[in-house]
Amino acid sequence: MKVKGNVFKYGANVDTDVIIPARYLNTADPAQLKLHCMEDIDKDFATKVQPGDIIVAGKNFGCGSSREHAPIAIKASGVSCVIAVDFARIFYRNAINMGLPIMECASAFDEIDNGDLVEIDFETGIITDLTNSRTFEAKPFPKFIQNIIDAGGLVPYTKEAAND
Amino acid sequence: MGMTMTQKILAAHAGLAEVSAGDLIEAKLDLVLGNDVTTPPAIDVMKGMGATSVFDKDRVCLVPDHFTPNKDIKSAELSKCMRCFANEQNLTKYYELGDEGHGIEHVIIPDNGLVFPGDAIIGADSHTCTYGALGAFSTGVGSTDLACAMASGKTWFKVPEAIKVVLTGKKSEYVTGKDVILHLIGLIGVDGALYKSIEFAGEGVAQLSMADRLSICNMAIEAGGKNGIFPVDEITLEYMKKTNSDRFANNEFTVFEADEDAIYSEVVNIDLAEVPLTVALPHLPSNTKAASDCKDIAINQVVIGSCTNGRMDDIRIAASILKGKKVAPGIRCIVIPGSRRVYRQALDEGLLQIFDDAGCVISTPTCGPCLGGHMGVLASGERCVSTTNRNFVGRMGAKDSEVILSGVPVAACSAIIGRVATPSDL
Repeated sequence: MKVKGNVFKYGANVDTDVIIPARYLNTADPAQLKLHCMEDIDKDFATKVQPGDIIVAGKNFGCGSSREHAPIAIKASGVSCVIAVDFARIFYRNAINMGLPIMECASAFDEIDNGDLVEIDFETGIITDLTNSRTFEAKPFPKFIQNIIDAGGLVPYTKEAAND
Repeated sequence: MGMTMTQKILAAHAGLAEVSAGDLIEAKLDLVLGNDVTTPPAIDVMKGMGATSVFDKDRVCLVPDHFTPNKDIKSAELSKCMRCFANEQNLTKYYELGDEGHGIEHVIIPDNGLVFPGDAIIGADSHTCTYGALGAFSTGVGSTDLACAMASGKTWFKVPEAIKVVLTGKKSEYVTGKDVILHLIGLIGVDGALYKSIEFAGEGVAQLSMADRLSICNMAIEAGGKNGIFPVDEITLEYMKKTNSDRFANNEFTVFEADEDAIYSEVVNIDLAEVPLTVALPHLPSNTKAASDCKDIAINQVVIGSCTNGRMDDIRIAASILKGKKVAPGIRCIVIPGSRRVYRQALDEGLLQIFDDAGCVISTPTCGPCLGGHMGVLASGERCVSTTNRNFVGRMGAKDSEVILSGVPVAACSAIIGRVATPSDL
């Protein structure tokens, strides 16, 4: 499966409080959460992001709280993948459980610019920056993780498995 | 091959003789925890999966603490959802506001005797790592993992590598566990322990009270850690005896020790004598400085409380500093005892009167201001010295407000002086 979109680029240690500030955690409704996604580091994100767009960030993306509302807000915004140098562990687990594709790739962070058009092939892990014609290789997910993401998260995946 | 303390606990809960870093294991859980923000989505997930009951009504602990007493209608609906679920499932470890055992989850769970050495615990709250102070394994997860664990009593883990932190030397007066953990995060960074355990060791451990250890393990997550953990000693045993004498008498716990040949990815040595009263300036917990180097920083508010520093020892230290003093004009000082028991004890010891006389406001136990929820949210341009655990952009309110993290002594002195201060300024 391939996805394509424009890049929103951020630095290191993008924390869960800027991904979705706690003042909005009085709901877990994805439609509400997406209105405030990234609000405290990029107030235009929620209005500018288009389905398929991609977040590229530095190390330790998603550090901080265990709130699953963070990957929910990003996924509800239409983001097709988050590429980071690496991820904080609770966010990493939550993103997979929510069916939000994430990839670790330091060279992609170094060379992809904000606004570039990028294509990602989840099967091969190849990331192509169509704006500067560079390619990068991330480790693709093992099959069972990709199946969780394809199913839309751990819950639909578990249900599908139970019905098989 | 030698195992770390964490690896031994995980192996025991997976029914394995041995595990190594990187192994994926399925482990049985002794306790599963959620709060008013993270539990309602987990309840939806559990119902969506078709699970009708929790695995054990005595081992699922739910605590309304984040937006309670409820700050608005939406948060009241979240609490109601969790309360109904707790009633429907006959949970014995649901703590309602006003119950003797109620308070901030990571303050009450150890104090209510629910954690013992060798336990494996997950909670849908990142600061669940607090319980390593008692020689248990505990870590934070999201709501979906909480849902699966509430239903099955199990979860999967990747066995972590560990960093060993060796504590030596004698800490200075007023230096607390909070200073030690801020100092460590300053050394290794907010991702210095990413995916790893932080295992504390060394002769310096004996100097740290249980409150110090709980503060230290509480912030293991701020270094990216999966868990923080202390060896079990006399201080742990005393604490267990006090909090759950039955379980202690019945010997229903296991003390694990790291093997001598356990493998650590890194060893960090900290001489406690070199740890200053420490603050973390905005906007990362790793942005640490000696408090004495930050004395020109003006502030608007001080918060003393939270799952990091809302314990009885913390409240006593704050009262000892504020006794007979006044909060500086123009400064709001909010004191939040971390549980009903702490509140009551503070009342009985006359400490609330000291705070009131000093011009502090005293809040019911809540996470409130720590995460910008309520009871002390900051306006734009305002700055707060806080004994909480995160100082990210917008954490306590407006996105251009600032949080400076500190231990209780610096916070109390800062309230009196009206800028970042230490006991030597009084």
